[in-house]
Amino acid sequence: MVAPLLEVKHLRVEFPTRRGTLLALDDINFEIAPGEILGVVGESGAGKSLTGAAIIGLLEPPGRIASGEILLNGRRIDNLPYEEMRKIRGRQIGAIFQDPLTSLNPLYTIGRQLTETILTHLPVSAEEARQRAIRLLQETGIPAAEQRIDQYPHQFSGGMRQRVVIALALAAEPKLIVADEPTTALDVSIQAQIISLLKRLCKDHGAAVMLVTHDMGVIAETCDRVAVLYAGRVAEIGPVGDVIHRPSHPYTSGLMGSIPAMDEDRERLLQIDGSMPRLNNIPRGCAFNPRCPQVMARCREERPELQDAGATRAACWLVNDGARPS
Amino acid sequence: MLVFILRRLLQAVVVMLTVAFIAFMLFQYVGDPVTSILGQDATQEQRDDLRRDLGLDRSFAVQFTRFVGNAVQGEFGLSLRQGRQVSTLIAERFPATLELALGAAVIALGAGIPLGVYAALRRGRFGSQLVMTLSLLGVSLPTFLIGILLILVFSVTLGWLPSFGRGDTLQFGGWSTGLLTLDGWAHIILPAITLSVFQLALIMRLVRAEMLEVLRTDYVKFARARGLSNRAVYFGHALKNTLVPVITITGLQLGSLIAFAIITETVFQWPGMGFLFIQAVQFADIPVMAAYLCLIALIFVIVNLVVDLLYFLVDPRLRIEKSTAGH
Amino acid sequence: MSTPSPTAAPNWLARWRDSDIWHSFITSPMAMLAGFIAFLCIFVSLFAPWVSPHNPFDLATLNLSDARLPPAWMEGGDKRFLLGTDDQGRDLLSALFYGARLSLAVGLASVLLSVLVGVGLGLLSGFAGGKVDAFIMRVCDVMLSFPSILVALLINGVGRAMFPNAQDTLALGVLVLAIALTGWVQYARTVRGSTLVERNKEYVQAARVIGVAPLRIMFKHVLPNVLGPVLVLATIQVAAAILTEATLSFLGVGVPPTSPSLGTLIRIGNDFLFSGEWWITIFPGVMLVLIALSVNLLGDWLRDALNPRLR
Repeated sequence: MVAPLLEVKHLRVEFPTRRGTLLALDDINFEIAPGEILGVVGESGAGKSLTGAAIIGLLEPPGRIASGEILLNGRRIDNLPYEEMRKIRGRQIGAIFQDPLTSLNPLYTIGRQLTETILTHLPVSAEEARQRAIRLLQETGIPAAEQRIDQYPHQFSGGMRQRVVIALALAAEPKLIVADEPTTALDVSIQAQIISLLKRLCKDHGAAVMLVTHDMGVIAETCDRVAVLYAGRVAEIGPVGDVIHRPSHPYTSGLMGSIPAMDEDRERLLQIDGSMPRLNNIPRGCAFNPRCPQVMARCREERPELQDAGATRAACWLVNDGARPS
Repeated sequence: MLVFILRRLLQAVVVMLTVAFIAFMLFQYVGDPVTSILGQDATQEQRDDLRRDLGLDRSFAVQFTRFVGNAVQGEFGLSLRQGRQVSTLIAERFPATLELALGAAVIALGAGIPLGVYAALRRGRFGSQLVMTLSLLGVSLPTFLIGILLILVFSVTLGWLPSFGRGDTLQFGGWSTGLLTLDGWAHIILPAITLSVFQLALIMRLVRAEMLEVLRTDYVKFARARGLSNRAVYFGHALKNTLVPVITITGLQLGSLIAFAIITETVFQWPGMGFLFIQAVQFADIPVMAAYLCLIALIFVIVNLVVDLLYFLVDPRLRIEKSTAGH
Repeated sequence: MSTPSPTAAPNWLARWRDSDIWHSFITSPMAMLAGFIAFLCIFVSLFAPWVSPHNPFDLATLNLSDARLPPAWMEGGDKRFLLGTDDQGRDLLSALFYGARLSLAVGLASVLLSVLVGVGLGLLSGFAGGKVDAFIMRVCDVMLSFPSILVALLINGVGRAMFPNAQDTLALGVLVLAIALTGWVQYARTVRGSTLVERNKEYVQAARVIGVAPLRIMFKHVLPNVLGPVLVLATIQVAAAILTEATLSFLGVGVPPTSPSLGTLIRIGNDFLFSGEWWITIFPGVMLVLIALSVNLLGDWLRDALNPRLR
């Protein structure tokens, strides 16, 4: 077994507000192996982006890590002082955010933003940094990189900008990339290009990816494993094929079932009744129990841990050491 | 870009014409133009002659055109109060006001921007709150009171600095300056500080507000996520983006300073245009008021144009046409 | 954990006390202090005739032999005049109250006028569009080119020249008008901006198709959206208006000299600074600053309280 690159253990993130403390992430556990692509999927508000923010150490106050550990290559990074964490950001862990338009500083050329990042982390000369930047741009498929490196962000289209953002994230050769909804703000026709670019580049540079998204299609295309989040907890986690085709958790089944398939002839879209609970109103026991079609009495009392359910692990009482629900 | 400049020039001309119109109305209906040119002691015959010469029996449009023609040459007639050429009066006093305004601008910018940045970066800490409270005090104290207080402390009680006038000045052609003598410096300190306080407080609050906004943007978050040092994030990315909108406001402030100098000059009896204007208002000296008005408008318009050009230089989004090449 | 929502709808008092605005007010000592001071100033201004020991505006009660007396606790002071007297024999304490009253009245009146003109023109500009809009915006641009003090001085100067023997009330009216005309542009622009945004929203277009009068749309939908920023602007402008009036009075072109405002008193006292009679200037100065400061603090707090992003 290869040692995991990233380990998240019992992560809890809370938001103290004037009306009480909200627990946004409640006991999150997962691992990412080197070079692996882990998808993190869930509805809006399930806590996907927060997980990414916690990992790179940029939780917006008043949010804070209440308890738990985040380990990078076996070393704890959740309790590091700002300056230590800053060295890790960019160099060991890169980040990509949702909106490429606002991710780039409009007043600086992209060349300057690239070389600045490279020079911050790698001991190279300014000239070498510029050459690296041009190579990165070429790798991300930007034509005439040598000229365009001196242009400003507003001179690029949306898809091109996201390529620049990917280049920026990879500039210091990190081993892990946290990509938060990298294609949501892009045209559908470009989404596929960007996703395949991301996948290819990360394989080439040997970087693992934590891909946060609500789009199951992207997950299916790209990821090796996937974690399904619900109300700040992990509902199910496992290899992508198993989670999609043989889900163990009723929520995952509901998610997969609600995606209309091309070869089916349906009159109505399937949906899961009800909606995800708000943070100040999470049910006792399993968070999904009010909406679960297979709910039992135990689900309303005790909260299930992640348990082995064949190929995947699911937090559900229906799972009993390998047995799967009907 | 050329189109832009032409458009702004056209706007400037419109503004100047509007102001000229207002000044003209002042002359026509509030004061007596004949008196303002001939002075108080003129015979009826002289008045009638002048009336004909001035074309006051002509149509409105002709009179207005003549007025504008004269104004462009700086000809506004005689001051009702002093009987001298208005243009001479103003030209004499212009250097004093300009030096005062520039001094105040230097103080306001030199202290305002760093303090604003400090207040933004150290938000919530005691130092920043103290700075913000002081800035609130700065906009709550009327300029004249600040001047009086400074005089009370530094002139009356401590006796360190003089409290009126400009001190020794040197003459260079048409320009008299007080900045080359020690006495001149002693005289300009208190008035310059007085004039700068309000603008300083405004600039400080503006810079702080802008910087706080910028610190919440995605590109700053992304810069942090790339592990850039605090210095690079704050002073490389955040500060540059903060200063761009600050430029406009600051530019406008320069024109504002020249106008607000009216108050400071009154308190310190500084022999500038503002003091002249106040005396004109008290005396209803229309020619001086009209001339001052036109001059101030001209200064504002020029400053606005310069600021717009500066914007072009600083913000690349305005300069280069957007390209839509490729995906 | 959270508290469950109450079963019955709470009355307005309970809602207010639970609201974020009230909460941020109570937890901010600055805001409460400012509120208290502002309340005090408003109180003494409203009830000046009943709270002041003397009436400084009544020329008949003034006695020149009482002139320029120092405050009661200093040597030569008189217990009748707690804070001393000015050069006309007016009791400073009373003059402070009456002066504050005048300053507040002028300030509030001019801001009210400003808001009415500005909001009205802004709504008109945003809704009518086309040439009307362009014209009003040009006027705004021209007015913005002028610093407020200049506009106020000009209108005042013109007023004086046109009505050299004006009655006191007319002079005050011109003063209020002058100050009001310096501040309306900001409201006009803000309201116009909001109007334009709302006007393009689908529900407005839908309403127009149905036949709802545009005026009604304006009042029902646009106004509530702009009330917040307008309120904040207005509060800060009240402080500015009070300071502008004080400045004009100081320069000798403000309120009539027989009913002195705080600015007038400061001007009077300025002549006596060098002879050591500081109280005529300092006390009105302190009062002026207290009023302006507390109003500004309230405006600041209000802006932060109404800004959802800063919470």
